Amino acid sequence: MSITKKQIVQWLQAIASVIEQNKDYLTELDAAIGDADHGINLHRGFQKVLTQLPKVEDKDIGSILKTVSMTLISNVGGASGPLYGTFFLRVSTEATGKEELTDTELAHLLQAGVTGVVQRGKANLGDKTMLDALSPAVDAFAEAITQGSTIVEALSKSVQAAEIGMKETIALVAKKGRASYLGERSAGHQDPGATSSYLIVQALWETLN
Amino acid sequence: MKKLINHPDDFVRESLEGMAVAHSDLIKVHFEPNFIYRTDVPVPNKVALISGGGSGHEPLHGGFVGMGMLDAACPGEIFTSPTPDQMLEAAKVVSSGAGILNIVKNYSGDVMNFELAAELALSEGMRVLNILIDDDVAVQDSLYTQGRRGVGTTVLAEKICGAAAERGYELKQLAHLCRQVNINGRSMGIALTSCTPPAKGSLMFELGEKEIEMGIGIHGEPGRKRMPLRSADEITEMLALSIIEDAAYTRTLREWDEEKEEWVEIEIIDLPFKKGDRVLAFVNSMGGTPLSELYIIYRKLAQICEQKGLQIVRSLIGPYITSLEMQGCSITLLKLNDELIKLWDAPVKTPALRWGI
Ligand SMILES: Nc1ncnc2c1ncn2[C@@H]1O[C@H](COP(=O)(O)OP(=O)(O)OP(=O)(O)O)[C@@H](O)[C@H]1O
Ligand SMILES: [Mg+2]
Repeated sequence: MSITKKQIVQWLQAIASVIEQNKDYLTELDAAIGDADHGINLHRGFQKVLTQLPKVEDKDIGSILKTVSMTLISNVGGASGPLYGTFFLRVSTEATGKEELTDTELAHLLQAGVTGVVQRGKANLGDKTMLDALSPAVDAFAEAITQGSTIVEALSKSVQAAEIGMKETIALVAKKGRASYLGERSAGHQDPGATSSYLIVQALWETLN
Repeated sequence: MKKLINHPDDFVRESLEGMAVAHSDLIKVHFEPNFIYRTDVPVPNKVALISGGGSGHEPLHGGFVGMGMLDAACPGEIFTSPTPDQMLEAAKVVSSGAGILNIVKNYSGDVMNFELAAELALSEGMRVLNILIDDDVAVQDSLYTQGRRGVGTTVLAEKICGAAAERGYELKQLAHLCRQVNINGRSMGIALTSCTPPAKGSLMFELGEKEIEMGIGIHGEPGRKRMPLRSADEITEMLALSIIEDAAYTRTLREWDEEKEEWVEIEIIDLPFKKGDRVLAFVNSMGGTPLSELYIIYRKLAQICEQKGLQIVRSLIGPYITSLEMQGCSITLLKLNDELIKLWDAPVKTPALRWGI
């Protein structure tokens, strides 16, 4: 089974709309343990992605995702701009020249994206960051694919893993990013970045389902 | 919210437009992407100094662009880091070919955006090094947090490295010097009031009429401890002692290794102040505290330094790294040696710092 270029573009559009719907929610989460800009930052970036997509949607998947990466890098700012920008940059490198991706290719490239986030942000699992949702989601997807699941089945596992990871951030004390300055006071709040990561994974599942 | 603005969305742009016309002899402003740069760039054979960060800390960084200090400054939105395209375009405009030194305050957003910017500039064939400033003793833990934040020492590093670049220090020497300034500088801040970012429209945090927040950063983020208001002398003592008695601080910071062509973690240790040290004393307003009050703080600071055997040989007093209209102040002490004193005294000509010419 594989995923087409058209579906990738639909995924990106779905991200833009789910971020728009959750803009205030993400910002509220960030107000509790950060500086109240996560939803605003991501919304600005993905709206810009929407305006860029028509210019590149006929190109290969790598080029499309590279444009997404560069657009996020130059428009999101904060910590999440370079992190999501790096995620899509690594994903795009693995998708150069491709018009569609097989399930194993998709798994591989999402893992490359997560590696990029780790290298850029130096966070570990449990540090209360986007990684706590993104990393288990991508692992669950890869594992399900290896075990012979379809892409949609694997994505539903992935969404579950992301949701668990996202909710687990509530209890955690932040060790990276702005929230870490609060120390113990950061516990009891869900991490905004983990929440946006969950939404991004969920958007992929909904696009293909 | 009561502010002299036209529309919150136009805050950064209109402020930059004003700067550009007010100081057209010294600086120019490029829009989209936004950066402020010296009128006479590229300065032949000189390493170019670039800094940047969220807006709302003025005169940092844009007010320090000019001869003897920065070649360019990249302002983000209020309290939000700038994006790599700003730094990349600024680098292209100011680069003389002698390399670029990015002076970066240690906030996760700033660090990552400047790292990406450096990678982009490197891929375009420029030589770039990033040096992080992390001098805020309010953050005690480097293992479980992002580590200390970059505050007052940033201003001093920009001045000292700017002078050194004018004198022909090459890129590696300059990076070394910047690191030296960072490990010898320490700061601590306190807020009497919070501040209101225009786009947010409400206070960053609530502080009672008789409360102060100790150990704040510069983004209106809450500090180390909330406590009842006390006298200027008591507050000065708390700030000064937390700096002077700060133990050796060890952390790893990430820098670009030109030989290995990758980011490497290097361990850096700040050494505590000791009797006999010569220091620069910098008393900074967070934006809303008047100079008269800063002098009350300075008066006590001078007494404490004398008691502790620190010799203040240079001083800087005023609003140089602010948090919008926040009332409060920060103290920075920087241990000096002959080289640093000479560089501090060297001529500078920027909108916000000007002497020796
Ligand atoms: N080092 C890191 N690694 C992974 N994720 C991180 C890291 N630092 C922050 N994050 C994620 O980024 C989210 C915050 O993103 P946001 O867009 O609000 O940036 P920010 O921290 O406010 O940046 P800035 O400090 O420049 O304003 C956090 O919730 C967290 O999930
Ligand atoms: Mg934020």
